[in-house]
Amino acid sequence: MKKRPAAHPLLLAIIFALFGILVGTGGYTFIYAKGYSYLSNDPQACVNCHIMRGEYDGWQKASHHGAATCNDCHVPHALIPKYLTKAENGYAHSRAFTFQDFHEPIEMRDRSKQIVLDNCIECHKQMVSNLTASAGTFSQNGTDIHRGQVDCIQCHRGVGHGTTD
Amino acid sequence: MQPRFNLKSIPLGAYFVITGVLIFATVGVLLLYQNISERQREAQQAAFQVVKLSEDDVDPATWGQNYPYQYDGYKRTVDIERTRYGGSEAFSKINDDTRWKSIFNGYAFGVDYREERGHAYMLIDQRDTERVKLFKQPGACLHCHGSVIPAYYKKGVEAGVPNDEAHRPEAIQKGFELVNSMPYTAATQLVDHPITCSDCHDPKTMQLRITRPGFLTGINVLANATDAVPHLPSIERWRAEGKKGNYDPNTMASRQEMRSFVCGQCHVEYYFKGPEKLLTYPWQNGLKVEQIEAYYDSVGWKDWAHKDSGANVLKAQHPEFEMWSQGVHARSGVACADCHMPYQRVGAVKVSDHHVRSPLLNVNNACQTCHKFSESEMQSRVAIIQDRTKALMTRAEEAVVALIADIKKAQTAGGAADKIAKAQALQRKAQWRLDFVAAENSMGFHAPQEAARILGEAIDYARQGQLALTQDVTASR
Repeated sequence: MKKRPAAHPLLLAIIFALFGILVGTGGYTFIYAKGYSYLSNDPQACVNCHIMRGEYDGWQKASHHGAATCNDCHVPHALIPKYLTKAENGYAHSRAFTFQDFHEPIEMRDRSKQIVLDNCIECHKQMVSNLTASAGTFSQNGTDIHRGQVDCIQCHRGVGHGTTD
Repeated sequence: MQPRFNLKSIPLGAYFVITGVLIFATVGVLLLYQNISERQREAQQAAFQVVKLSEDDVDPATWGQNYPYQYDGYKRTVDIERTRYGGSEAFSKINDDTRWKSIFNGYAFGVDYREERGHAYMLIDQRDTERVKLFKQPGACLHCHGSVIPAYYKKGVEAGVPNDEAHRPEAIQKGFELVNSMPYTAATQLVDHPITCSDCHDPKTMQLRITRPGFLTGINVLANATDAVPHLPSIERWRAEGKKGNYDPNTMASRQEMRSFVCGQCHVEYYFKGPEKLLTYPWQNGLKVEQIEAYYDSVGWKDWAHKDSGANVLKAQHPEFEMWSQGVHARSGVACADCHMPYQRVGAVKVSDHHVRSPLLNVNNACQTCHKFSESEMQSRVAIIQDRTKALMTRAEEAVVALIADIKKAQTAGGAADKIAKAQALQRKAQWRLDFVAAENSMGFHAPQEAARILGEAIDYARQGQLALTQDVTASR
């Protein structure tokens, strides 16, 4: 043990220096990419990455503009599921946008569709509670995702942000 | 007592592993930073002004220096691809379906009639067609086959219109009128390029604009007609506000309307009026097939006298704008460019695809932006519409060909003149309707129900014509 006493403090110093660089560049990149904005409810955060520009512009003119922002429809309302969804979506979106390997035009995953549907129902439940327990609707690839439920946006497609252009 | 945690108890290798991980993580963060930075830059600046563009820049390659993405697409209009009923391969339509040789007998289209190729070929194909080589054609043809506006302007100035910005539209109009009556072979020397950027874009602002004199006159005539055009809201507004001055699409139309009007400059029905061969869009009564026919009847227009039957018949050109106007897409505010030049993403920049082509070759961008169904589902929906139209069209062709044969037979047998005249009038009606759908480049898709209605009428008129030859005309009605 006592044979190499001098080497470790130097290596330790290098590691601390490298760690400092990592935290510094990481922090700078986080701020540069407006990473903090993704913790907020501000719809502006969703157009940080310009792929959402069409949806954002559409929402400005849509009927739900005054009633709901992006998060009101696209993430769960309860605190913990909300931030879990944000984290999972955040990872998926940044991975996709960095590697540019996503389907275009962009489309919702079945899981995300379910969140939107749940949110429609949550706000409009007085009106729709009797409607939702009927026939199923189908997702794009034909798999039955909302068995036993009506998909609101099948018909009310334009209420959020219309089409993507 | 447990020995206190001792740094020296950590093996040397662990320090190197930690160091390595930190180095890789830092490199990763920097790469991410670079990527984010690139995406942000792409979004800020869509175009670098490398060259300054003016009205005299006809060559698309010059514009391409500033707008490389759009130019890349434009160049791809050389691609030759077949779709089920159309596409961009110059197959002979009259050899494909010889009934058309009989229908067009006595007219240039009976000699050479092909499927159009892409925009890139419009000028060389026009110079090459037997319709121009074997027949005398006017310079009016050039209006839609070349980047002709600078030539019009020059001709206008030579004819005495002042050479300044304020008189520019006037000079173009004057030059247009002069070039119309020139022989085609002389007129075509005035241009070097097929459709070019400045035909649809202002070189300074890139705003969409209408340059074609024929459309500027035609759309004003349409605005002054009474038939409702709910798919063109700016015309409805101009009418409601008391029709002040002329309807000018360049100042009154919305951007979305312009994304159809720029295409409608050429993809329309037209004829050459009078000895001056003035290119005219027949929209005095409206855009529907019978409204255009009524206009042609009122001015006594015929394209040619049919060689077999002697009937004074009409040739439909390519009434895409008119047919689209009757369809549900137009009614829903979908412009030509939405499907034929859909938005695509290049990096972080959204550009409209200047590779103008059949949406069937680009279903993902063209259809699925609005229709949330699979590509195969969209393809088969279109196929249903087009197959039905084709089946009905074949029946209409059979009916018109049968009528032509019957009239010819009646003439050689010395049939009653009034019967033959009635049958000829019905041939004109039937053939006009059939050709209106056949010449229109969508096999009914632009307005399925309208196409079926028109073909239904075509079949009915053709069979009525056959009946007219056999019935006692004076006794009935």
